[in-house]
Amino acid sequence: MTRFLVRRTAQGLFVMWLMTVTVFLIFFIGPGPALVARTLAGRQATLAQVAEVAHRLLLDRPWYVQYGHFVWLLLHGNLGYDYYHSQSVNSVIAQAFPITLSLVVGASVLWLAIGLASGIVSAVKTRSIWDRTFTTLALLFYSMPTFVLGFLLILGLYYELSIHHASIFPAPGTWVPLTQNPLQWAHGLILPWFTLALVTAATYTRLTRGSMLDVSGEDFIRTARSKGMSERRVIFRHNLRASLTPVVTQFGLDVGVLIGGAIITESVFSLPGLGYTAVQAINQQDLPVVIGVVIVASAGVIVANVLVDILYAVLDPRVRLH
Amino acid sequence: MFNIQQQPGQAEAALLETMGAVPAAEGEAAKKIEGRSPWRLAWERLRHDRAAMISLGIIALIVLVAIFAPVVAAITGHGVYQQFRGPQPPLGLSATDQPVGPGSAFLLGTDDQARDILVRIAYGARISLFVGVVATAVTVFGGLVIGLAAGFFGGWVDSVLARFLDWLLAVPFLLFAISLVSVVQIHPIGPLQPGLPVVIIVLGFFGWAAVGRIVRGQVLSIREKEYIEAARALGAGPWRIMFIDILPNLLAQLIVYTTLLIPVTIVGEASLSFLGVGIQPPTADWGEMISSASGIYLYGSWWYLLFPSLALLITTLAFNIFGDGVRDAFDPRGNLFV
Repeated sequence: MTRFLVRRTAQGLFVMWLMTVTVFLIFFIGPGPALVARTLAGRQATLAQVAEVAHRLLLDRPWYVQYGHFVWLLLHGNLGYDYYHSQSVNSVIAQAFPITLSLVVGASVLWLAIGLASGIVSAVKTRSIWDRTFTTLALLFYSMPTFVLGFLLILGLYYELSIHHASIFPAPGTWVPLTQNPLQWAHGLILPWFTLALVTAATYTRLTRGSMLDVSGEDFIRTARSKGMSERRVIFRHNLRASLTPVVTQFGLDVGVLIGGAIITESVFSLPGLGYTAVQAINQQDLPVVIGVVIVASAGVIVANVLVDILYAVLDPRVRLH
Repeated sequence: MFNIQQQPGQAEAALLETMGAVPAAEGEAAKKIEGRSPWRLAWERLRHDRAAMISLGIIALIVLVAIFAPVVAAITGHGVYQQFRGPQPPLGLSATDQPVGPGSAFLLGTDDQARDILVRIAYGARISLFVGVVATAVTVFGGLVIGLAAGFFGGWVDSVLARFLDWLLAVPFLLFAISLVSVVQIHPIGPLQPGLPVVIIVLGFFGWAAVGRIVRGQVLSIREKEYIEAARALGAGPWRIMFIDILPNLLAQLIVYTTLLIPVTIVGEASLSFLGVGIQPPTADWGEMISSASGIYLYGSWWYLLFPSLALLITTLAFNIFGDGVRDAFDPRGNLFV
């Protein structure tokens, strides 16, 4: 177990290092340094002034010098300062992260509940009207681009209701921290939660249904039934448990990727989470902020993957970690 | 070694055919026994799948609209970049400088630049379909070549593929794609040119590994089959086995995967354009239209947001339903594909 964790952490750190180098290279091969210096110096600036700005931000040095500087700061737990407002990247991320986390945790509970429930019903009552309904809905939402669903929900549930003086849902961009007022927090996030949950849940409905139908043909299910076990117990203890492996894998991948920013959902609802922050930073070529988000994002993926592997061992006694 | 290779193709084919192990879908062989080939059976099943046939019709319609987009422009009399700012009618902007809603002059209304949305949706179909098909082709071809090599030769090719897959799984794809594409839009790097090329290359680059993994798995199981052993015993070289004996057996799965990958790629392109780094204005593109609409739709011009969104949704839905149909046609019992 310890060896497993050490090995996976080492692999994760290597991937993370590779990504920071790649992002640095993209920035320095691209127009980044010149663009940042010119923007900061302003429209009226002389070449000398631009050069001075570049010098102050170390933008005139080769990329590896900059990278060394970045690693040095990172070893002290400092992600550096953003180019435009000299705000510490640590605090930029500390502001954005709770928003993304709130969005992803709420949505993931929703999509697991919706996906598993509809998948189980579809598998147990194959070819029933429920199965057909859920399968059709899953196909619809699976085909739905996240931003299309988000805008349709805003148009139908916020805009239409608001112009008819029935503002049940808050305007996009509403964000109240959980610690400040839990009810308003949830109220502000309802539409983003459902947007993210519905498009994601479709995959879980299909996965759960398919996986449970596969397992239901196995010998141990027949044995369980022939022992006289109740149908409920056969479905939940035997069939569902054995069917969960692909669902858990998918869940780990989805949550891992989204922790680094639910870019599209955040953009649609103007929620200033990590994804939204990253897109803004990329547009301004604000390297320190981009790198900060990339580090959090890849850490999210790595941690989620390790947790998934540990969960396998819990779900399936045959799995050993090594 | 055996050496009966004076007429390699015929000898081998004849022997394999008597063994009953020849995959029935091999070029000429398929034509001779057309009535019973798995391809024929799959097509028969697909033809009787009503949902799949309807969605195929819709896809055909979208393709026609894309091809004949200039005809749509000619019929309406509105150019794709033409701005109807007056003073002579039809007027594409209201008195308060807002887009005009659906009506007799503009069937689907106008956008914030006073252009006809119907015509722009027709032209947008070109980009969506082109990127969808070309980027998917790049992805599948790359995945096929690397997956074949990794599965067949093993060794370092296989290790590199496995490591690269690990890396790809840990990469926040969208974040990476945005960084790369946004830099290239200002500053081209080699083959990465602004506009369509960079979008296609980035989508293909992040997609091929998944195809590669599937192909590799299939090759690993196929190469243990008796007919591969037979081919090897007859003296067939690795290239011949790879392309004549293994590849045809992968085709069904590749076709299914390709059909299901096209809508994913179309959404990928639309997402990049929606985030402002993909196809740049003034080119007509569904993602770009939705992005521009998102800035002003809350002031009342719902049609500007709704119609491009529906165009995108109908396209991906049609491809997904058709893809599901193709999969069921090749695999009616549902045990070949995940």
